[in-house]
Amino acid sequence: MHPAYSVILFTTASGAGYGLLTLLALVGISHGEASTLVFGLTSMVIALGLITIGLLASTFHLGHPERAWRALSQWRSSWLSREGVLAIVTYVPALLFGVVWSGLHPAPDLIKPLAVVTGVLALLTVMSTGKIYATLKTIRAWHNPWTVWVYLAFALATGAVILAAITSIFGNFPTFLVYFSCAWLIVAIIVKLFYWRSIDAAPRDLTMGDATGLGGLGKVGQWELPHSVPNYVQKEMGYAVARKHAAKLRKLVIAALVLAVLLMLAALAVPYAAVLSMALALFASVVQRWLFFAEAQHVVTLFYGAEAA
Amino acid sequence: MTEPVVNTSLKNWDEVKTTTCYMCACRCGIRVQLKDGRVTYIDGNPKHPVNKGVICGKGAAGIMQHYSPGRLSKPLLRVGERGTGEFREIEWDEALGLAAGWLSEVRAKDPKKLAFFTGRDQSQGLTGWWATQFGTPNYAAHGGFCSVNMAAAGLYTFGGSFWEFGEPDWKHTKYFLLFGVAEDHGSNPIKKGLGRLKERGAKIVSINPIRTGYSAIADEWIGIRPGTDGLFVGALIHELLTAQKIDGEYLLRYTNSPWLIVENPGGADDGLFVRNAQNSALVWDSHSGTPMPALSPDAAPKLMGRFKMPDGRRVVTAFTLIAERFIDAEWSADSVAERCGVPAETIKRIAAELARTAFEETIALDVPWTDHLGRYHEKMVGRPVSMHAMRGISAHANGFQTCRTIHLLQILLGTIDVPGGFRYKAPFPKPAPPGVKPAGKPGQVKPNTPLPGPPLGFVTSPEDLLIDAESTPQRLDKAYSWDAPLAAHGMMHMVITNAAKKDPYGIDVLFMYMANMSWNSAMNVPDTIRYLTQKEADGSYTIPKIIYSDAYASEMVHYADLVLPDTTYLERWDCISLLDRPISEADGPADSIRQPVVEPERDVRPFQTVLLDLGTRLGLPGMTRTDGSPRYPGGYPDYIVNHERAPGIGPLAGYRGPNGRAQGRGTPNPEQLQHYIDNGCHWFYELPDHMKYYRHVNWAYLDWATFFGFIGKPEPVIHQLYCEPLQKFRLSAQGHGKVVPPAEHRQRIANHFDPIPFWYPPFEGEMVSETEFPMHAVTQRPMAMYHSWGSQNAWLRQIMSRNWLYMAREMAAKLKVADGDWVTVTSHHGKIKAQAKLMDGVNPETVWTWNAIGKRSGTWGLKPGSDESKEGFLLNHLISELLPEREGGYRYSNSDPVTGQAAWYDLRVRVEKASDQSDVSAPQFATLKPLERVE
Amino acid sequence: MTSLPPPTPKKLGLVIDLDTCVGCQACATSCKEWNTQGYSAPLTDTNPYSADPTGVWLNRVHGYEVKEPGQEHSRIVNFPRSCLHCEEPACVTVCPTGASYKRAEDGIVLVNPETCIGCKLCSWACPYGAREYDQSHGVMKKCTLCVDRIYNENFEPEDRLPACVKACPTGARHFGDLGDATSEVSLLVAERGGYDLLPQMGYKPVNKYLPPRARRDATNTRAEALPKPDGSAFDRLFQWADKVLSPKNASARANEIDNSGKLEG
Repeated sequence: MHPAYSVILFTTASGAGYGLLTLLALVGISHGEASTLVFGLTSMVIALGLITIGLLASTFHLGHPERAWRALSQWRSSWLSREGVLAIVTYVPALLFGVVWSGLHPAPDLIKPLAVVTGVLALLTVMSTGKIYATLKTIRAWHNPWTVWVYLAFALATGAVILAAITSIFGNFPTFLVYFSCAWLIVAIIVKLFYWRSIDAAPRDLTMGDATGLGGLGKVGQWELPHSVPNYVQKEMGYAVARKHAAKLRKLVIAALVLAVLLMLAALAVPYAAVLSMALALFASVVQRWLFFAEAQHVVTLFYGAEAA
Repeated sequence: MTEPVVNTSLKNWDEVKTTTCYMCACRCGIRVQLKDGRVTYIDGNPKHPVNKGVICGKGAAGIMQHYSPGRLSKPLLRVGERGTGEFREIEWDEALGLAAGWLSEVRAKDPKKLAFFTGRDQSQGLTGWWATQFGTPNYAAHGGFCSVNMAAAGLYTFGGSFWEFGEPDWKHTKYFLLFGVAEDHGSNPIKKGLGRLKERGAKIVSINPIRTGYSAIADEWIGIRPGTDGLFVGALIHELLTAQKIDGEYLLRYTNSPWLIVENPGGADDGLFVRNAQNSALVWDSHSGTPMPALSPDAAPKLMGRFKMPDGRRVVTAFTLIAERFIDAEWSADSVAERCGVPAETIKRIAAELARTAFEETIALDVPWTDHLGRYHEKMVGRPVSMHAMRGISAHANGFQTCRTIHLLQILLGTIDVPGGFRYKAPFPKPAPPGVKPAGKPGQVKPNTPLPGPPLGFVTSPEDLLIDAESTPQRLDKAYSWDAPLAAHGMMHMVITNAAKKDPYGIDVLFMYMANMSWNSAMNVPDTIRYLTQKEADGSYTIPKIIYSDAYASEMVHYADLVLPDTTYLERWDCISLLDRPISEADGPADSIRQPVVEPERDVRPFQTVLLDLGTRLGLPGMTRTDGSPRYPGGYPDYIVNHERAPGIGPLAGYRGPNGRAQGRGTPNPEQLQHYIDNGCHWFYELPDHMKYYRHVNWAYLDWATFFGFIGKPEPVIHQLYCEPLQKFRLSAQGHGKVVPPAEHRQRIANHFDPIPFWYPPFEGEMVSETEFPMHAVTQRPMAMYHSWGSQNAWLRQIMSRNWLYMAREMAAKLKVADGDWVTVTSHHGKIKAQAKLMDGVNPETVWTWNAIGKRSGTWGLKPGSDESKEGFLLNHLISELLPEREGGYRYSNSDPVTGQAAWYDLRVRVEKASDQSDVSAPQFATLKPLERVE
Repeated sequence: MTSLPPPTPKKLGLVIDLDTCVGCQACATSCKEWNTQGYSAPLTDTNPYSADPTGVWLNRVHGYEVKEPGQEHSRIVNFPRSCLHCEEPACVTVCPTGASYKRAEDGIVLVNPETCIGCKLCSWACPYGAREYDQSHGVMKKCTLCVDRIYNENFEPEDRLPACVKACPTGARHFGDLGDATSEVSLLVAERGGYDLLPQMGYKPVNKYLPPRARRDATNTRAEALPKPDGSAFDRLFQWADKVLSPKNASARANEIDNSGKLEG
């Protein structure tokens, strides 16, 4: 699949935003009281900012951004529509939560309920994003039980490192958060490794013979394409990254995440290391998301020369 | 939720007009939707006899051709050097004045110094007549490099032809052999026909080095080695003769098989038919044991045998000689198998299948008919085997004899114009060969005088050749000379070379129409470009003046001095005439017109009207009244309606006479074109059932065809298995007769003018080293493109904006060429670089590509550097228009020695992986300065 | 809308005969020509007269090589590919706006160009490559089964066919109701073993493909050969010509020269 930067940016940024939002909600639930105003506002603005940047990126990636509102209508069947609805709905409790948790409007009783609603909706939004991909039977690498977990794990891991980084800047840096972030980074590593193992193990058992239905006659190969210059389907769905290149990038993702863990641990001594850790984690998140597209083979490629999918 | 409302009755047109397609030579009926004067949609006309509603990939893209930015928009006069694209736009008056000035000078001095050649001309009735009126013998259309081998072989054998001049009996045939047929002429009729065969489960066998298109759906593919079809067919004949599986009755009654031939080796009459005082050929009557006239109803002719005539001469039946040739072991399947690349078992099996289908699955239609001798037949009996052949046979130097071999096979099986066989289309059958002789002999070309006859015709003996006493060719292209005696379509591929070399003479004006002779229609493009720009010592061009008419900015436009912009096919009148290349159906004659469905918004004029205008300016008798005024002031449509070739016979056969009630023959009808328009721009006359088959010998049909003017007299067309005119040339090579070839031509004439079909290796293959050039290289027409016109078409070029060199995987492995590698292809003449694509379905000794995809940068309204010029390529650069030197240094044209047909497919090459793997084809020609684009 | 209608009784679709298709592109250009001025208008072309020409097409013709066991050479199968108007199309259910929908009346899958937001998700969901994104109009284009032709009251009944079917010169394309077991197309599918593309995807295509028939060549035809006569083939032919064709008075041999060249009479 063609790795469109708008989509990669959207999913990583909004994923991180929702992850952060979820963790802020957790903070709200666990503390049950408002944070400092500056910290609360900063972290909420960052969370909602990431989400908003992501949503805007995805909107402007559309052919008709002005019609984006229509995407809210088909929540009964479409995960993309559900994602849109959830994304927008989440703003309501999230904003209210932000207001009360940051102490802009003191209402301590509302913190916990709003945090619970915000956290659940944020996670559901991330899950819907994952589901958009996971439900596409046409792309084996996406139609995989690990897809949704990868989205969730990276959302929470990147959310966690961002939270850690913010906290480190504010100087009130609990060691718990270091371990918590490390744990999520490690979860992300493990989930991603399982995902890769799973997609590598999945048999590419559809052939050009299956696609054309001619396989019963004999081995099918491509003779001529319908046109001499690649068309939309080939450009959008036919992107393929070389296996060797992908393997290198995979190593890079894991190395970056491991380094992010180490840097996060280093933050115990030097708090600002958490910022570096965040940068590395976000970098790893973008690269793995790029690979998520680049490594995914669409079944339509069978019509355009791929031997198996 | 409710569904959106969809307008299911879209009406994006104000009116729908019918006309005739010109996206290829098929000439289907089309309907053109128009809205506010713009073309919005084109589809096939369901009521049209040719295509019955269907349309092809090209035809449906006609809109983009019509609105192509490659269209010319105004007459152009060259102001810079040829090829630089420096033109000045001029008005029509100036353009026509210039042209008329140049032409009248030539006509007053020596009319043959005008070479007038048209390319994909569908108005040869007019252009040929114009040349006759002008007085130049140097006229032809592109048939000499296209189809003449097939036309001549067919017309000299059975008065009909393959190509679009006949077709298999799609309704009844059960076994169909296609030789070298790719998408080409007759494209929709053949596709429709193949669909019908599929429905009925008839077997389709394709003999073709390449398994694409029609061959892809054939039941059996025979990936023959190019140029060896004659051997393959000869072996089928051998098998059939050996097993006596031939239609003896048909041979005796409708062919010259039983005709008696003199056997007098060394004598002037050797090999000629014995004739009586009435000039009738004779047969040996088995009742009386005496010779009798061939067409006597009482004779019981012997098919085989040698006899002694009352005057003592020894004679033999034609069939005996044919049988002696093909029953020889040299024609056995085992003997030819290796050279053809076809297993002997396959050849034997196909022969058996042919025999089984012809003789055990015979069909009989319940239609009584009477033959030429008055014999009444209860039924029309047919042998349901049919054949079709095109370019794969035609484009070889042995194509004429190979095509004759195929016709021999058809006739031995009794399958010409019988139910299930190969059917004539009107105006065929014609006499074999037709009676018209070419004009242009010494003394016939005179200043300011028309020729006494048409420049093209059919020679039957050396006396008919257009040569002088020294054997010098009288035509610039050397057609009808000893180089190519039966060149019935001329030899357009030799015109520029010969003009530049002044061999046999130089010319003053080259006038061409719709012929891309500086590019894909030329053999040897680099030298052709050189010839077009070659100068004399005094700085003048060797070809002093070039007038060119085309609708589009083709490569040739850049080499013209004066460009006359033509209209698109949707802006013009035309007639698809029975006097030219008709669109008839096997069931009856048909013709059609084009009408302008839109007005040109450019300053362009239809070429035919321009030609008539020039004719008037030159004072050509047929085009000028005695007072000097134009005979056809209304231009081409006026001519179409009012011109008469013979009393009552004009370009269109339908709606003649008062009120348009006459068909075939009748006075000009001023309302004729309106009648055509009212009838969807075509006319079709379905023959009654008893005239639909056996037309060469069908009494009722022959009478009717005489009335329609298709034939001069209601005489049968007896199939000429033994071709006597060829024997006359052979005798001349032995020194007999008044006109004999010079010594250096004799062997060639003696070898190739065999009156009985035979096979010889294609010349290029024979003359160059097989080890140095081990492979064959051929082209095919892509189904969605036709010639060069397609590349300017925004839709068609999306399907194919460049070409590849296709080769067999097994051969590529040997040559260490991988899929996508760039390779060099080298012939004895040149070298190109192309990108290889590997496939299975191709004869392993053969490489091929799609024809005419490569374009010169800067032409056809395409932006310089488009795929067509950057990655596309032509095989033409590898093909020499001249053969390597023979003994004595003479270089014959790269053509069939009998007909002069260009031997495109004789090309031999060597393929190697290129050292330069960059994504650019070679050679790259300098970009031509683009002409202004019409948006 | 995005939710599918209940199973439609009428299932309009195409039946494409791979045994007959010669790959001429008539269906492809006819489709382009109709639809660039029809419901999907326009089908944009990019770089129409320069390098890399491409554009939106709703029907494309592929060519495949199929290597059958026991055959020396692959055969070429021409393969037109367009929307299959699936009974359970994922391209419809993934659509977030409802622009993509399946008509309850006849099962045709359409995109409403007024409401499509151009998110391309439907093209990701389609295994058949049937949907193409029109960059310059920001919406998705796809085969409409010529919904603006097949019911078009401005047309004669014989013209109420999808443009591709009307155009097809070999008759390899058939149009009809595959929901009606007695329709011509259904009978054709039954007779010829018409099949679904990628049935394992579960989208239940309505369009069907008719497989290429078995070849009738050396590998699967009974070995046939004509009998070989004993002795000289020429003599046998001569005798055949003499006896079979001229039996009436074979004894009239005056002045006839036999094979050895001596006069019989």
